[in-house]
Amino acid sequence: MQLAFSADNEARIGRLLAEYPDPKACLLPALYIAQEQFGYLTHEVMELVAERIGLPPGEVLSTATFYSMFKKRPTGKYHIQVCGNVSCFLKGSDRLMAALEKMLGIRDGETTEDGLFTLSTVQCLAACGTAPALQVNDTYHEEMTPEKVVALVNRLREEGR
Amino acid sequence: MAQTNLLARWREKKDLAKLDGYKLAGGFRALRKALIMKPADIISEMKKATIRGRGGAGFPAGMKWSFVPPGEGPRYLVINADEGEPGTFKDRALLSEDPFRIIEGAVIAARAVGLTAGYLYVRGEFFEIAQRFEKAIADARKGGYLGKNILGSGFSFDLFVHLGAGAYICGEETALLESLEGKPGRPRLKPPFPAVKGAFARPTVINNVETIAAVPMILEMGGDAFHALGVQGDGGVRLFGLSGHVNRPGLYEFPVGKNLRELIFEDGGGIVGGKALKGVIPGGSSTPILLPGEIDVAMTCDSMRNAGTMLGTGCATVIAEGTCIVQVALRVARFYAHESCGQCTPCREGCAWMAATIERIEKGTAELRELDLLLEMARNIKGRTICPLGEAAAMPIEAFVTKFRDEFEAHIRAGGCPSHVG
Ligand SMILES: Cc1cc2nc3c(=O)[nH]c(=O)nc-3n(C[C@H](O)[C@H](O)[C@H](O)COP(=O)(O)O)c2cc1C
Ligand code: SF4
Ligand code: FES
Repeated sequence: MQLAFSADNEARIGRLLAEYPDPKACLLPALYIAQEQFGYLTHEVMELVAERIGLPPGEVLSTATFYSMFKKRPTGKYHIQVCGNVSCFLKGSDRLMAALEKMLGIRDGETTEDGLFTLSTVQCLAACGTAPALQVNDTYHEEMTPEKVVALVNRLREEGR
Repeated sequence: MAQTNLLARWREKKDLAKLDGYKLAGGFRALRKALIMKPADIISEMKKATIRGRGGAGFPAGMKWSFVPPGEGPRYLVINADEGEPGTFKDRALLSEDPFRIIEGAVIAARAVGLTAGYLYVRGEFFEIAQRFEKAIADARKGGYLGKNILGSGFSFDLFVHLGAGAYICGEETALLESLEGKPGRPRLKPPFPAVKGAFARPTVINNVETIAAVPMILEMGGDAFHALGVQGDGGVRLFGLSGHVNRPGLYEFPVGKNLRELIFEDGGGIVGGKALKGVIPGGSSTPILLPGEIDVAMTCDSMRNAGTMLGTGCATVIAEGTCIVQVALRVARFYAHESCGQCTPCREGCAWMAATIERIEKGTAELRELDLLLEMARNIKGRTICPLGEAAAMPIEAFVTKFRDEFEAHIRAGGCPSHVG
């Protein structure tokens, strides 16, 4: 089946093209839009983006692979990202990770079998004053404790069903 | 020294993040002033203010603005909201609490330098903040503060949000430009400098969020008054941060020149659990650690350099006694190894090698002679790279190993962490 952007996303890309002097600059925003619509970036999705922006597919691939937030594989419905940098480490981020691994039965970098959770370590989230911090998809959770993490996962499990 | 609320106005004023609230707090007064001033006079106020860039390098902003050559055609403002330097958390607060101030500062900068469009480059993790910022931009456009013919002055300038995607190196200004242009974030060789050939090969001013947020304040109070708040050659107030083992972590605002020891022990309430202090990383993880005896220092760009470190982003990480410094060094080394863009061999190979060596020291499988190799490797990275990331990785590692050599040696001798605290 031929992939296509939704009418809405097509319009968003059209608006983006007006914001930059060079269409190539729309590549990162267009990849975000594609990721939002298709979940993650397969070769076909990247080809669609390449065609829409007017770039060789190879350039789209090399840019997409440079950036960690562009997903090349499916991730869980909730992507839990625990900051493992210094300020969070000092405030016990290792204990958060351990609690999550135990509760979800997966290791750092893995996804639960039901597809609900992906767990990973990330670099400093710029929330060091309220460490330890983690993100669930785009949302910040700060001043976390292992107890709060357990409550959070239980809530997400309820919501995610 | 008392805290000020000149930048962190959200502590006193409500609804700043809404257009009405911002106007009620005196918003856009500086812009109205700027629109009738001569552009050269605005730059001159910035020079008098001696505001040094708040993104880490401390370059005088007024001077940077004056480097853009005169001429026609498109020219760009890029606001660096990548906030990636570990330990740093100040721009995030400004972006969410006072977005219109950043917009106002951007328009004033554009008017002063003659810039036609601007991009706020925001790290991808700030997605929700970026969305709210786009709403603020839309409101500012509707209000006539942004876009065509701003406040009927005949001056036009528009601002757009551009999301990064999880690469620390894109905080470096030329990598950021590459990323803005849709490419992998690999730093460019300088010269040419962005002021001459920046975004889309056009003259470009790049400033940190906090630098731009201070601009309306500078125009309102005047460059001299702003300068007088700080010290000679390093004017104004800035946001300082405390994180780690301190009783009251968070953001603080003080005049430039605030004493670091006082910040930690008086404002920050001292070390958690009444423990002894072990060290302070003063301004983001690339700034060399200070020992407890070295922190009685004024937080200015120059005095921190004289103390053998850097003011960096002004956000300090406090480490208590009982923390394994090898663990801390390992996290720092791993970070830079992970974030190296790979263009320069000394950085790519050196950072990976430093991280691998520290990992073995931490596990207890390294040999004593490797400590000197580690120092040599750090020295070999410095000065041999395209961008300062190589140095940003080497400097802190050198400081950890030199200042805590006993602890590194003890790990090697004991075959692992001797105190089992890491
Ligand atoms: C590896 C690296 C990362 C950087 N990250 C940031 C950042 O996240 N935010 C920032 O404002 N400046 C960052 N900088 C500094 C910028 O290159 C540039 O100096 C700054 O944006 C200029 O603005 P200023 O003069 O207002 O400080 C970084 C520099 C390097 C070498
Ligand atoms: S120093 Fe490192 S990050 Fe900077 S350009 Fe070279 S390889 Fe890339
Ligand atoms: S170190 Fe975790 S948010 Fe900065």
